[in-house]
Amino acid sequence: MKPLKRIVENFEPHFAEGGKWRKYWPLFDGFATFLFTPGHATHKGAHIRDGIDLKRTMSMVILAMVPALLFGMYNVGYQHFLALGEQAAFMDMFLYGMWKVLPLVVVSYGVGLGVEFVFCIIKGHQINEGYLVSGMLIPLVCPPDLPLWMLALAVIFAVVIGKEVFGGTGMNILNVALTARAFLFFAYPADISGDKVWISGVSDQVVNGYTGETALAQFAKAGGDVAAMGGQSFASQADFLWAGFIGLIPGSVGETSTLAILIGAAILMITGIGSWRIMASVALGGLAMGYLLNGFSGAFPENAYLAIPPYYHLIFGGFAFGAVFMATDPVTAAQTPTGKYIYGFLIGVLAVIIRVLNPAYPEGMMLAILFMNVMAPLIDHYVVQGNINRRLKRLNVATHG
Amino acid sequence: MSTETIAIEKVRKPLFTAKDRKLITDPLNDDNPITVQVLGICSALAVTVQVKPALFMCLGLTFVVAMGNFVISLIRNLIPSRVRIIVQLVVVAALVTVVDQALKAYAYDVSKELSVFVGLIITNCIVMGRLEAFALANKPGPSVLDGIGNGLGYSLILVAVAAVRELLGSGSILGFPIIGQWALDLGYKHNGLFVLPPMALIMVGIIIWIQRSKNQKLIEAN
Repeated sequence: MKPLKRIVENFEPHFAEGGKWRKYWPLFDGFATFLFTPGHATHKGAHIRDGIDLKRTMSMVILAMVPALLFGMYNVGYQHFLALGEQAAFMDMFLYGMWKVLPLVVVSYGVGLGVEFVFCIIKGHQINEGYLVSGMLIPLVCPPDLPLWMLALAVIFAVVIGKEVFGGTGMNILNVALTARAFLFFAYPADISGDKVWISGVSDQVVNGYTGETALAQFAKAGGDVAAMGGQSFASQADFLWAGFIGLIPGSVGETSTLAILIGAAILMITGIGSWRIMASVALGGLAMGYLLNGFSGAFPENAYLAIPPYYHLIFGGFAFGAVFMATDPVTAAQTPTGKYIYGFLIGVLAVIIRVLNPAYPEGMMLAILFMNVMAPLIDHYVVQGNINRRLKRLNVATHG
Repeated sequence: MSTETIAIEKVRKPLFTAKDRKLITDPLNDDNPITVQVLGICSALAVTVQVKPALFMCLGLTFVVAMGNFVISLIRNLIPSRVRIIVQLVVVAALVTVVDQALKAYAYDVSKELSVFVGLIITNCIVMGRLEAFALANKPGPSVLDGIGNGLGYSLILVAVAAVRELLGSGSILGFPIIGQWALDLGYKHNGLFVLPPMALIMVGIIIWIQRSKNQKLIEAN
């Protein structure tokens, strides 16, 4: 650490007031404070409730994502070899997946941080690390074979239109990672949805009618008969559910394993960074709507999605990932505790509605969170107004009564 | 005694005074109907998927605003102010019908593509806005110029948005392929988002962003 600190200190005068690289101060400052906790303190009234700053918070979220990332790498390889019908060792699978996933991560960070740096230098702002988390989330919600130039475009779009136009980190209305995904979904639908993209390296080869649809779609199509599913087949529903929970099913890189996501959720909850209120109420909302819709499955047998057991929604697809890492984004979520319950519950409800009633959009979770991002300030407004009204009433009772 | 009269030289107004010129140029930038007044947005979102329909829409709207301004300005002293809106609507509706029929007669395919949006010129806020704000209080000459200027300001934004959307969404401009087969073979794909209306909104937003950061007059004091 010592030599590193010396390097940083040696460079500081060049970037400080009057130095030759003054223009690039935000760049230097960004790196220096990323490496070391800055020494300066707040001058005016502080409103910090915690000693940990933005950079440390962000690092913790990234730490929470590591299980999902590592498992995602393994699963990309696992699905690839499984679809080709080949045997492969654990490390082969992992390395294959790493070979596919690492470029996504590198491009996401390279392009995203590049755009952020350019904006900070133009505006003379400090660089902040809002993008560190988004940059990791974006590859995790993409299919493994996504062309890198598409990812780069989506990242530019998300950072510029999703964040910088509103004033940068902390000012965005929509979750940046989901903005990138929504861009991809509407701009290049063939590369991010359908039945060709979820398993790496097999889109150009037809393997015995092996379909790579999302697990939930296969399950619904087979009418719950897990042995007759188009892709991977399972001996029993319990096996299928277990595979979904562990994450050995096709899907976006980081969202298949509910187990890895739960580990991340535990880290976020214990450190107090992610809101347990939101996570719990999303799950509750999903379950409630799932049971409600499931009740109609007898009346509308033509919609196979109605027959899916409600708890399947929590385990398959992007539901768990969205609930833990996307819905809890502190910038775009509701801020008041009551608001968080409403916000989370409605995300769960909407996600299941979209999934079940419009299977053409398998991206129920993405659309639900983006929609509720927009509604979050409205929810907060009414929660705050409600509180004000209650207290006014109490005041009136106290003074008149 | 010579009857010398002081020759009063009649000051001939030049055909285009600086003020007249401003009527044309102001709506192009400082007072653009779309990016500054934020009027006529619906049609800007709807007809800008390709350049060709956008161009016809621009021609139609410019014609309607200019002629509408001219007619209303001619009869501006005869219109009772209580019924002025209805009078304006009658004039505009007549002009729009002319445009609609002309398109059907001479450019049937474009007319089908624009469908209801030609008829909706009647409700375009730019038309009513100029009639109310300018033609009712000015002479026919300047009114026509004002109409042409606002039509051109509208056209400028529409064609710019349409060009970007057609280029990135379908890889062509005015139907001529710009992005060739070689790019598609390399793995390039047309961006489906540019064909959807939200992208037009974002494009207009980006134009407003650039314009406001360049044009000092539009920077709001706060």
